[in-house]
Amino acid sequence: MSDLSRRQMFMKIATLFNGVVGALLAIPIVRYVLSPVTRAGKPGYESWISLGSIDQFPSGETRLATYRNPVAQVSDGETADIPCWVRHVDDSTFQVFAINCAHLGCPVRWFPQSGLFMCPCHGGAYYSDGSRASGPPERGLFEYPFKILDGKLQIQAGELLTPGPSASTNSKRPPCACA
Amino acid sequence: MRLRLIREIGAWLDERLQLGAPIRETMQHPIPRDTASWFYVFGSAAMTVFGLQLVTGILLALIYVPSAGEAWNSLQILNHQVSLGWFIRALHGWGSNFMVAIVLVHMVQVFLFGAYKFPRELTWILGIFLLLMTLGMAFTGQVLRFDQDAYWGLGIGASIASRVPIVGPAVVKLMLGGPIIAGATLSRFFALHVFVIPGSLMLFVALHVLLVVKVGINEWPMPGRLVRRADYREKYHALTHSQGVPFMPYGVWKDAVFSGAILLVIAACALYFGPFGPTGQPDPRVIQTAPRPDFFFLWLYALLSLLPPSLETPVLLIGPVIALIVLLALPFFSGEGEKSWKRRPIAVLTILLIAVALGTFTNLASHAPWSPVMDAWTGAPIPANFVSGRTPLQIQGALVFQSKQCHNCHALGEIGGKRGPALDAVAVRLTSDQLVRQVLQGGGNMPAYGKNLNPAETTALVAFLETLHPSGQAAARDASLRPGEQP
Repeated sequence: MSDLSRRQMFMKIATLFNGVVGALLAIPIVRYVLSPVTRAGKPGYESWISLGSIDQFPSGETRLATYRNPVAQVSDGETADIPCWVRHVDDSTFQVFAINCAHLGCPVRWFPQSGLFMCPCHGGAYYSDGSRASGPPERGLFEYPFKILDGKLQIQAGELLTPGPSASTNSKRPPCACA
Repeated sequence: MRLRLIREIGAWLDERLQLGAPIRETMQHPIPRDTASWFYVFGSAAMTVFGLQLVTGILLALIYVPSAGEAWNSLQILNHQVSLGWFIRALHGWGSNFMVAIVLVHMVQVFLFGAYKFPRELTWILGIFLLLMTLGMAFTGQVLRFDQDAYWGLGIGASIASRVPIVGPAVVKLMLGGPIIAGATLSRFFALHVFVIPGSLMLFVALHVLLVVKVGINEWPMPGRLVRRADYREKYHALTHSQGVPFMPYGVWKDAVFSGAILLVIAACALYFGPFGPTGQPDPRVIQTAPRPDFFFLWLYALLSLLPPSLETPVLLIGPVIALIVLLALPFFSGEGEKSWKRRPIAVLTILLIAVALGTFTNLASHAPWSPVMDAWTGAPIPANFVSGRTPLQIQGALVFQSKQCHNCHALGEIGGKRGPALDAVAVRLTSDQLVRQVLQGGGNMPAYGKNLNPAETTALVAFLETLHPSGQAAARDASLRPGEQP
C-alpha cells in the first residue's frame, strides 16, 4: 500500500468519524428544534381553566372573558392573556367561542344589537350561536369544551385555534359533550 | 513622511493578506462599454441599503428587548427617550421599504434585459433566493415591531400555515415556538431576523456578486443579437476586450452616485415621515383593532379577502410553489435567444400585468372595502338628506338601520361600510317584498336578520329602505300588481 493511498484511507476514516459525530449531535439538535411539536403530543398544551363564577355571565347574553394561558412564561407578558366570548344560552348551557376568526385568526367582535360576530380583517360574520353567517370563513367560530365546577365556568384551552384541516381536536368535539 | 508610513503599513499588510492584487484586478475587470449605464445601478444600490440595514439593525439591537412582555416598551423608549432613537428606527423602517422596492426594480430590469439567460442562470437563481430572503426580512421585521399589527399578523401567518395538509398543526407550533403567540414566538422571529436570514443573505449576496464578476456583467441587449450557448462566451469576450472599459471608474461612479442618492432619500423619508409605529400594545385582550399588514404585503391582504373561500387554501399553498418553480426554471426554458425587451412583447406584458395586478390589489387594500366599518353604527350618522321629510315610521326605520349595525356594511351617501352594496338607490333595485326577504333571510353574502328583528322593526326598516331612490326615479314595484294595489 502506497503512502498516498494510506493517507487517502485515513482521510476517509476521518470523514466517516466526523459524519458519525455530526449525526450524534444532530439527534439532540433536531429534538430541541421540534420540541414545540413533540410537547403538543405528550403532556399536551391544553388544560381546564376557570373563567370565573357563572354569575358573571347573565343568561341570554354574550360577554368577553379572559384567561391566563395554562402554558405561559414570565416573558410572555400580556400575550398570554387570552380573551374569549362566553355565551350563556340558558341554565347550564354555555357556548365559549375563541376570539380568533375561523378565516385567518383576527379578533371577532360581538354586536348584541344585530346578534352578530363581525371580523374587522376580511369581513367574516357569524350568528350568535357561532355558526357562519357570511364572508370568507369556511366554518363557524371555534368552540372550547366547557364544564361547570363549583359554580365556576371552566373551559379546556391552551392552544391558538387555527382553521387547518386537522386543527385542534377541540373544534371537532360537540360543545357540551364534557359538561 | 506620513504618506510613506501609510504606504509601508499597507505593503506590510498586503505581503501577508495578499488581497491587493485580486481586489485591483476585480475593480479593473473589463466591462462592455454600454453597461456603464444608469440602468445598471440597482444591484449595487440594494447592497448599499442592505449595509444600511445591518448598521441601523445593530444600533437598534443595542436598546431593543426581544421579549414579548418588554419589546413594545423598548420601542417606546427608542422613540421617545433615547436621543435620536426615533431616527434610527425610521432609517431602518424606511430602509426596509426601499430595499424591497429596489430589489424588485433590480429584478424587473434583469428580466427585461434578458440578463438571466445563458450563462447567468445561477446568478438569477441566487437572486430569487435573495428576493425571498428580503421579503422574509420584511415580514420578520414587522413582527419584531411587536405591536397589535404584529400580534394579529402572526395569527394570520399561523392560520395560513395551519392549512398545509397533514403537517399544518406541527408547522404552526414550530412557527410559534409553542401553543400560542407569545414570548417564544418573538424570540424565534428575533433569531430569524437577526441571525439566520441576514447570515444567509450575506452569503448569498457574496456568491451573487462573485458570479457577476466571474461570468461578467450582462451586456446591453441589442435587438437581433441572439444568445447561443455555442458562441456566447466568445462574443462576450470580444465585447469586453475589444471595446470594453475598466469597471473602475467607468461603471462604478454611477453606482456610487445612485447609492448615495438612495441613502439620502431614505434619510429624508426617515426625517420627514418618522418611524413606523408601533401601533397599540400587543395585548390580545384589546380586540378593538383592525390589523393591517405593511405596505409590501397589502396585495396579499387584498387577495385573501377577494378569493372565493373554496379557492383560498389551494391558491395560498400551491400558488407560491408554482411561482417559485416558474421563476427558478425561467433561465432553463428561456436560456437562449433574444435579450432585448424590444423583441420580447410577452416578457413586457407579463411585467405590466403583474405590476397592474399588484398595484390594484395594493390600492384596494389601502381602502379595504371588504372590511366592515366596525364603528359606523355609532360613529357615522346617516346623511341628513336621507332622513329629512320622512314619516315617523320611516325615521324609526333609519334608527333600526343604525342600531342593528346595517351601516357597518352598507354605505349611504358614501358614508359607512362598503362590505355590502351602497343603499342610496336600493328601492330602485328591490321591491318592498324583496327587501323584507333580503333582510330576514339574508343571502348573497349577507347574514339573515330574521332572529334579531321583530316584526315592527322589520316594517320600519323596510319603510325606510323604500324611500331610498333618486328623486326623479320611481321605486321598484311588483309588476304583477296594478299601480296602488296592495299584495
